[in-house]
Amino acid sequence: MIGSIAILLLMQLAGTLLVQASGLPFPGPVVGMLLLFAWLLWRGGVPRPLARTTQPLLDNLALLFVPAGVGIIAHWRAVEGRLWALALVLIVAAAITLLTTAWTLHWLLGRHAASASDNADEPWS
Amino acid sequence: MELTAIWVYLAQQPLLWLAVTVSVFWAARWLYLKSGGVALLHPVLVSVAVIVGLLLATGTRYNQYFDGAQFIHFLLGPATVALAVPLIEQMPALRRHWLPISLALLVGALVGIFSTIALCWLVGIDGQMMLSLLPRSITTPIAMGVSDEIGGSAELTVVFVVMTGVLGAAFGVQLLGRLARRDPIATGFALGVTSHGIGTARAFEHSAQAGAFAGLAMGLNGALTAALIPLVVWLLF
Repeated sequence: MIGSIAILLLMQLAGTLLVQASGLPFPGPVVGMLLLFAWLLWRGGVPRPLARTTQPLLDNLALLFVPAGVGIIAHWRAVEGRLWALALVLIVAAAITLLTTAWTLHWLLGRHAASASDNADEPWS
Repeated sequence: MELTAIWVYLAQQPLLWLAVTVSVFWAARWLYLKSGGVALLHPVLVSVAVIVGLLLATGTRYNQYFDGAQFIHFLLGPATVALAVPLIEQMPALRRHWLPISLALLVGALVGIFSTIALCWLVGIDGQMMLSLLPRSITTPIAMGVSDEIGGSAELTVVFVVMTGVLGAAFGVQLLGRLARRDPIATGFALGVTSHGIGTARAFEHSAQAGAFAGLAMGLNGALTAALIPLVVWLLF
């Protein structure tokens, strides 16, 4: 447990240091995720204690966004005047993005699977 | 001790708002599960509404609230790193489908950016407000960086990012309808592209596979959109 927490924090730290050193406009935690991904790939699997530590974190992911969401209170003045226009943009843009991405991938996966099943012996996964 | 004196003491402690944030979310999630997943009762939406109400009622400033809530906010970092774990478990599917995934990512990123520009133009939002809206689909830390880079307001961007996340998480699965029941990969991936971490949290409720692809989509779209937005802004404005 404590080792897994150390691994997560060290990967985040390494990611943050890499970002600082390279000057790329990229968040450290995402680089940390890639580093952990690379390490797990090299290792050939996820250590059980690490899986047990990350599970509760991922199960409660939504909670972690609440403090940032409450930030709307500090910016109410800026959004108040354009509330309906902003709501329209946010709602419609999210809906369009979601639908196009989902149906594009769904359609491509279907085609890909169809062409793969003609000449591949791998089972569908 | 007098009640006001207790309040004055508590209000200065980070513990109060930390405890409030966790307990309100706990209650909100109970309500959400009890209701069978009613979209408008999404726990992030309800928690934010209740806590904003409490802050207004007690005259507490956001800075003061954040002194306590920052401990939860901080966990976003390790949680992002932790997304590598479900991703590893999806490696076989990832290897098989890298081409459709790359193409869908490009489509999703471009549609996300240009739909925002078109809609802003339609309703007459421009300048800093529009620039702050552009990174609304990508994960908070990247979105803030991009917003700063193109001349938006990073703090406003955070608000739009969380709103977009909540919208996708609350209504996304219903909007996708039968596709969501048949195709966990496309559903998860689209939730991640559209609604970053909050969408990813919702995708994990759908299935482990949807969650893993949402986490992947969040990371990839963060990178791609962060690269595309400055380019688009430079070309168009």
